[in-house]
Amino acid sequence: MVHIHPQTKSAAVNPLKSSQPLGAALAFLGVDGAIPLFHGSQGCTSFALVLCVRHFKETVPLQTTAMDELATVMGGEGHLEEAILNLKKRANPKLIGICTTALAETRSEDFERQIANIKMMRAEELAGTEIVLANTPDFDGALEEGWAKAVTAMIQQITRRGQQARHSRKATIIERITKPGEHPDKRKKVAILPGWHLTVADIEHLREMVESFGLKPVILPDVSGSLDGTVPDRWMPTTYGGTSVEDIHELGTAVQCIGVGEHMRRPAELLQKLTGVPYAVFQSLTGLKNVDRFVSFLSEISGVVAPPKIHRCRAQLQDALLDGHFHFAGKKIAIAAEPDQLYQLATFFIGLGAEIISAVTTTGASKILEKVPAESIQIGDLGDFEDLASDADLVVTHSHGRQVAERLGIPLLRVGFPVFDRLGSQHKLTVLYQGTRDLIFEAANVFQAHQRMPSPEILDGLRKRRNAG
Amino acid sequence: MYSLAAKIQDAFDEPACEINRRKDASTRKKGCSKPPTPGAAAGGCAFDGAKVVLQPITDVAHLVHAPLACEGNSWDNRGTASSGPMLWRTSFTTDLTELDIMMGQSERRLFHAIRQIKEAYAPPAIFVYATCVTALIGDDILAVCKRAAEKFGLPVVPINAPGFVGSKNLGNKLAGEALLDHVIGTVEPDDAGPYDINILGEFNLSGEFWLVKPLLDRLGIRVRACIPGDARYRDVASSHRARAAMLVCSTALINLARKMEERWQIPFFEGSFYGITATSEALRRIAELLVKKGADTEILDRTDKLIAEEEAIAWKRLESYRPRLKGKRVLINSGGVKSWSLVHALMEIGMEVVGTSVKKSTVEDKERIKQVLKEEHHMFESIAPRELYAMLSEQKADIMLSGGRTQFIALKAKTPWLDINQERHHPYAGYDGMVELVRQIDLAIHNPVWSDVREPAPWEDDPAVAEQLSSPHTHSATASVAPLKTSRLDAGDFAEC
Repeated sequence: MVHIHPQTKSAAVNPLKSSQPLGAALAFLGVDGAIPLFHGSQGCTSFALVLCVRHFKETVPLQTTAMDELATVMGGEGHLEEAILNLKKRANPKLIGICTTALAETRSEDFERQIANIKMMRAEELAGTEIVLANTPDFDGALEEGWAKAVTAMIQQITRRGQQARHSRKATIIERITKPGEHPDKRKKVAILPGWHLTVADIEHLREMVESFGLKPVILPDVSGSLDGTVPDRWMPTTYGGTSVEDIHELGTAVQCIGVGEHMRRPAELLQKLTGVPYAVFQSLTGLKNVDRFVSFLSEISGVVAPPKIHRCRAQLQDALLDGHFHFAGKKIAIAAEPDQLYQLATFFIGLGAEIISAVTTTGASKILEKVPAESIQIGDLGDFEDLASDADLVVTHSHGRQVAERLGIPLLRVGFPVFDRLGSQHKLTVLYQGTRDLIFEAANVFQAHQRMPSPEILDGLRKRRNAG
Repeated sequence: MYSLAAKIQDAFDEPACEINRRKDASTRKKGCSKPPTPGAAAGGCAFDGAKVVLQPITDVAHLVHAPLACEGNSWDNRGTASSGPMLWRTSFTTDLTELDIMMGQSERRLFHAIRQIKEAYAPPAIFVYATCVTALIGDDILAVCKRAAEKFGLPVVPINAPGFVGSKNLGNKLAGEALLDHVIGTVEPDDAGPYDINILGEFNLSGEFWLVKPLLDRLGIRVRACIPGDARYRDVASSHRARAAMLVCSTALINLARKMEERWQIPFFEGSFYGITATSEALRRIAELLVKKGADTEILDRTDKLIAEEEAIAWKRLESYRPRLKGKRVLINSGGVKSWSLVHALMEIGMEVVGTSVKKSTVEDKERIKQVLKEEHHMFESIAPRELYAMLSEQKADIMLSGGRTQFIALKAKTPWLDINQERHHPYAGYDGMVELVRQIDLAIHNPVWSDVREPAPWEDDPAVAEQLSSPHTHSATASVAPLKTSRLDAGDFAEC
């Protein structure tokens, strides 16, 4: 049984968390033609934007309602309306994802009613643009919660429900048939709700695997189309690529929904409630057994056996486990990450014979924490992490851990968000057979790079016999 | 909040600001920056501005009293450098939870946070930053800081610049006010001398002030305090005993310079270390001010001699870049590193300045840029991203110098780009800094990747292939789809995987 220690300090030292609205914004960035809009003061957006740009190395469309002193005292509805209308006029987005901040939420206005009003009064001007609200105050949760809330909000607010969804599906099929020579897509549709910690490469790879079973994946959010680092041939004020708004409307026509990460259970549950689509949550897609279950599940819903390519990938992973385990066995690992990523990585390292000597996470609400294979988990920051990780062979966290790693003199494996001092974090594969294989290689290479040459002093450590007295 | 409102009015009514002097009384009250447009705003808030100015003070613990985002999303993101203490890079925030806010526990939490930092790090001072939420719920950080300072026996300085009060620039000025109110003049130095100066508004980005300081050392001039770059709390606290001051980033700290002149008779001038002529002029004016305040006049000759030596070396080194950079068109789009002198130096080696932003330039600076450029329309306040992209993709500039915010506009338009703002990795100040800047421009423009990325794929000339490629999202299903033969599995088995 893992002990979960709550935060007791008054000052957070070197925060591990990124804020909840930032998590929501990341999710909205996975929708095609979208602009996330922070409802708060200008700085809330500016800080988040700079952090996103440093991580993705991309232009990131992110806007602000720019609440000033007057709006802070009198209420921000006017600013909200003005921002929405300005965005519509300037960029004509298909979706505006509103993420409230601590400033707006401390005033606790009825944002839902305000947005309903704006939509009603400005129906004509706003035609063709969906407006989705996620309540994401900074004083609660972190990235994971923000991401899940934004996905939940999209399903709640714009996915067609029950019967409605099925009707509209028929309509689209009929439309498609009218095109000569084209057959309606008979592939079974699978709705996939990936957690925030899946990279662009993860999502692309996941899509390919699901397609290889003859299934049609619809992924929400899909950052693989929007934040994958391509060079568009014109200036885009919104995201380019990602889940289409139409696909979000039609999510209820899927035969199955798959959530990746415990934090995607809530949106998956909601989708089932609203449309009847059954769901399964895979808490991690890293590690041989986890992937085996996933592959079997895809076989089950598609009625198709796993294609040869997948067998080959599995065999490669088996080999990587054999080659890699020498480097992991007995190693002491310290991980600081959001709950689902902590679970994913802790189980990965344990699965290769390493030991988790310290685990720090952002918030204590997730059920997954009980399953993390560590003796205890500290809800806290990188200051706590530094205190707990001093005996580790490897520290695993995001780029803000660089100071910890430097001071402790322990190598750092960068994961999650933000990674601002290394290139290509979005193209790193961490899930399925290939991702697990790549992770083994990456970590094993770090161990090898930091291997010390034998010396009498190092061997002295071995001669100090534990049972000698 | 009353005193804060008064401070803001005071900051807007800056008599040393040339732009301000030209306004009438009523427009002056409104301040310089227009209120941001919801849905079309860029740039930071007042808290951001205050932190930017104060955080480089290296041995101070900077504690942000706020829910997570204000500090959690923004720490360790600037490239200022320290020659000693690293405490400034450690992030402290009260990380308020919903419970703290709803139950009114935030002031107590702040007090305990100060205690925690004092006990664990024993810094010479703690700076406490107010933010939107803590200002909105009425936390009295002044009172908490005062009480904590008495109780724990160290300076605890309230920085009252919550984000919603205005722009980043206003925050810069409020930070200056906080130093005036609580820090400067609180420590008497025992070593004040006739060659002591302050440098105000120099951030020591990428350690670039260390390219200038040796020059001052050679002249026997001591930097009493460089605020804020690589500063120590004690230096700032005793900076009122300097004889003269140079104001580097004038829009950020002009109020500080003016009030230090009023209170402690420290004369100042506005100058820049960007560009060769500007650096020489700065050195000369420092020497002149010191002489005016009683230093020996022989320093003037020594300064002239040093300038002549250094300029000759710098121009000679720059000359070697002329063949490679002559006729190259440069667009300067930044509020930071830019001055008439930089424009002048680039033109001197044969580059063409096709545009420069003058957003944070002083009136004098603008006049001089106008003279150097000759064409006034090459000066602009700001450019919309869309226009900027169009301009660059039509290859109207060979390189853009700007900050991270517009980096990817240039790169996506396949245009060479050089960071000249706070995240940059190269020092550009002083004579050697100018040479380094030109070297970086040369490296950027002549990188072999540009010809690679601009070339279309060879098959893009083939219309049939191009059409096939441009059809949206063709994620074709893999061909090898075989029927399932294994026994049935229960879907429920996987629900908890």
